Amino acid sequence: MEKTTRTLDEVTIRFAGDSGDGMQLTGTQFTNTTAVLGNDLSTLPDFPAEIRAPAGTTYGVSGFQIHFGSTDILTPGDNCDVLVAMNPAALMTNLKTLRSSGTIIINVDAFTDKNLRMAGYTSNPLEDGHLNNYQVHKVNISKLTSNALADMNLSTRFIEKCKNFFALGLMYWLYNRPLEQSIKFIQEKFGKKDPQVAEANLRVLKAGFNYGETVEIFNTRYEVKPAKLPPGRYRNIMGNVASALGLVAASRKSGLQLFLGSYPITPASDILHELSQLKEFGVKTFQAEDEIGAICAAIGASYAGGLGVTSTSGPGLALKGEAINLAIMLELPLVVIDVQRGGPSTGLPTKTEQADLLQAVFGRNSESPLCVVSASTPADCFNTVYEACRIAVKFMTPVICLTDGYLANGAEPWQIPNANELPDIPVSFPTDPATFKPYSRNPETLARPWAIPGTVGLEHRIGGLEKEDVTGNISYDPDNHDLMVRTRAAKIERIAEDIPLQTVDGESEGDLLVIGWGSTFGSIKSAVNNTRARGMAVSFLHLRYLNPFPKNLGEILYKFKNILVPEINNGQLIRLLRAKYLVPAVGFNKIRGLPLVTEEIEEKIHAILGGNNG
Amino acid sequence: MLFSEATMADAAHTENTTPLKLTVKDFQSDQDVRWCPGCGDYSILAQVQRVFPEFTHKKENYVAVSGIGCSSRFPYYMDIYGVHSIHGRAPAIASGIKMLNPELNVWVFTGDGDGLSIGGNHLIHMLRRNLDIKVILFNNEIYGLTKGQYSPTSVIGQITKSTPMGSIDHPFVPVLLALGAEASFVARTMDRDPKHLQEMMRRAERHKGSAFVEIYQNCNVFNDGAFFQYTEKDTRDDSVVYLEHGKPLIFGKQKEKGIRLNGFTPEIVNIKETGYSISDLVAHDETDSTLAVILANMIHNPSLPRPMGVFLGIGRPTYEESVQAQIAKAKSKKGEGGLQKLLDGDEVWIIQ
Repeated sequence: MEKTTRTLDEVTIRFAGDSGDGMQLTGTQFTNTTAVLGNDLSTLPDFPAEIRAPAGTTYGVSGFQIHFGSTDILTPGDNCDVLVAMNPAALMTNLKTLRSSGTIIINVDAFTDKNLRMAGYTSNPLEDGHLNNYQVHKVNISKLTSNALADMNLSTRFIEKCKNFFALGLMYWLYNRPLEQSIKFIQEKFGKKDPQVAEANLRVLKAGFNYGETVEIFNTRYEVKPAKLPPGRYRNIMGNVASALGLVAASRKSGLQLFLGSYPITPASDILHELSQLKEFGVKTFQAEDEIGAICAAIGASYAGGLGVTSTSGPGLALKGEAINLAIMLELPLVVIDVQRGGPSTGLPTKTEQADLLQAVFGRNSESPLCVVSASTPADCFNTVYEACRIAVKFMTPVICLTDGYLANGAEPWQIPNANELPDIPVSFPTDPATFKPYSRNPETLARPWAIPGTVGLEHRIGGLEKEDVTGNISYDPDNHDLMVRTRAAKIERIAEDIPLQTVDGESEGDLLVIGWGSTFGSIKSAVNNTRARGMAVSFLHLRYLNPFPKNLGEILYKFKNILVPEINNGQLIRLLRAKYLVPAVGFNKIRGLPLVTEEIEEKIHAILGGNNG
Repeated sequence: MLFSEATMADAAHTENTTPLKLTVKDFQSDQDVRWCPGCGDYSILAQVQRVFPEFTHKKENYVAVSGIGCSSRFPYYMDIYGVHSIHGRAPAIASGIKMLNPELNVWVFTGDGDGLSIGGNHLIHMLRRNLDIKVILFNNEIYGLTKGQYSPTSVIGQITKSTPMGSIDHPFVPVLLALGAEASFVARTMDRDPKHLQEMMRRAERHKGSAFVEIYQNCNVFNDGAFFQYTEKDTRDDSVVYLEHGKPLIFGKQKEKGIRLNGFTPEIVNIKETGYSISDLVAHDETDSTLAVILANMIHNPSLPRPMGVFLGIGRPTYEESVQAQIAKAKSKKGEGGLQKLLDGDEVWIIQ
């Protein structure tokens, strides 16, 4: 039968299977190939906290969603167009993410009575009409995988592990993607170490591709043309990798040794993993005994003249609070990357949330202001972390950089910056004993001098006790304490003089301004675009700088009748805005461990504007 | 006989460095010392300031790090770089300092509460990693700065502000804890034995790796006399045995008593009156970690004297050396890292 090719602007595919089925690898492979083809894309890995939950159970299902297209792709997609379900549990938990009349590709071999029971099905959804509203393709993925490897004398267990590559190959065929990237990956990963494993995976990948070509169940292939991205050099990048690269870049540009003190915690650990592989950059990574040891070592490294950094997630940030206050008192540069996750307590370790904002801004004893910045997309983690380093060094202050689980594991194409064109990060260490005072200040930034051990004649003592202005000696003087509290606050406020003014996407005044921060950028921007396309006048502002705010933020807010603040928390930025600017902002808050749904934000915008606009 | 690490390190030390003419005054800061009059900390400060000029490090390379507590005020009184940090965290902060700049000569000053209670975790991990950091732990078996609560080294039954009916906590033996954490150098000394204290400071300084020195320190306000049995004239000779590498364990007013090992159990024998001679006594070996544990456990038999001196001193690669070695290896294998290449990653595509 003749196969036809249809061109699509965008597609969202969701791979779902057991956490041992290799769905994250499958998704990542599809992503890399798609990135190299020049599509714009956004991904959402969605996996359980359990490493290997019992096979076939719903709580062991691991998912990976990729939204790609020839248009500007801002989110991983509210719903998917295609669901690849490797077993009944994957179908059970993911069917709700599939749009109506969407496509399901099913590994029919896994739909055994036992697996159906484990997934909670009382009858077989493939037979009972349960899937009548969808286009269902039943494929014997396990059996075909096994056939492809029949003559290799491999264990059933091993063969079972290759079936994700069959699904990948089939999806490559269906969406007209070349196999080269994945072939290269398999050869590099297994080729030398275990040629048989490489051979098996290659065969299965090709078998999946050829299956699509040969059998008659798929009559249409799809094509998604490259996106019209701005000219430049691109790569695909995940948020945690971008954060790690931002740190190395800041280290290189400042000439400061990079020191990361960290304690493993989901979803931040990849920053530690990435940096531990970059020793040729002189990067020192230290897996400490606990979160507190990690930050304290970073503070020690900064004291000694390095770029001290610690990476963590919400529970770790809570543990680090006292040490952050030490860094505030010592007035040393320190970068704290908080990859937020669902909370409180252990919460939802593998799910995303942006509910650490108030902890970042206020979560310490006494008056303890510091700088807080946030990243808006996976690639933006690079810029934000770099900026955090620049501010920390210039203002001699801890900076908390907020990313989150979605940004950390999500991926998108990144226009690679030219290393030579990155902003400078000037550093100066005092050397003159005649003029050195530990708590004297730069009149512009209010930063104190960074005198590092090893400098002749500058021996001095600093500590957590209140400092006397200028000398840094211990002081219990009431007026001095008042002065120092105000000075530390004023120093942080000075950062507002050093950062760009806030820009507005859309008209600078009107009926509605939508304000976001962090990883909700894509969902909000899409909602704004969609409502504008329907004729509504909506302006949008996305904050990178959360403390201090850009100095023109108030002026902007006062020009709008309505302010909407969508957040994946129970209303945190909105509290800061209301408190500081006394504006009657309203929130849109969903705390489901997932990115905000674009369509729901659109509904909220409609509700606010009603029939009065557009 | 075994050569102790101390003797060998000593030789290397003198060869490789040029002595600088520093004096006690160079290490005295301009701050008033604010410990209670009569506190054992004064002696420790004096001995440290006395021995530091003997060492050959550049003054600007010394860093003192402390946590919270009476002992942790120590850095303010030394005219060297100092960080008076937060409760219990000094070993972690010191680790970061030493890793970033291995040239620095880093000393941690801590107490039984700071180092063994709130900061116990950081201390044991620093010791096992073997960073070249000296940890001087002032043990007064009480919380002084918070005014008299029991500490993790307070003895069972001790009446304190928070234990009106006596402490029911089994105390830590600091040297046993350090040995358990596999510290490469473990010693004990006393505030009221200045010469021995100085010697232990010298030994700690010579040791390459984590050096843990417990100092019995009298808190004359909240726990006066806790160690008088070991420090005062009329009792100390019969209550203390000094450990010296290669030498038998002998003590007593007339040097008439010795320690013999009966299996793994130390016992006192009189070498003047009974049939035992010096050759029956256990000879100290600083390189024997099993012996170190036996000697440290003597504390559990009140009839035995309290050992003072170096329990263990062994060589093992320092953490910061291993960090540097891996960086050097990565650089020789991959070349000095290039930033643009790193940003580019493995797969670049170009949009015209």
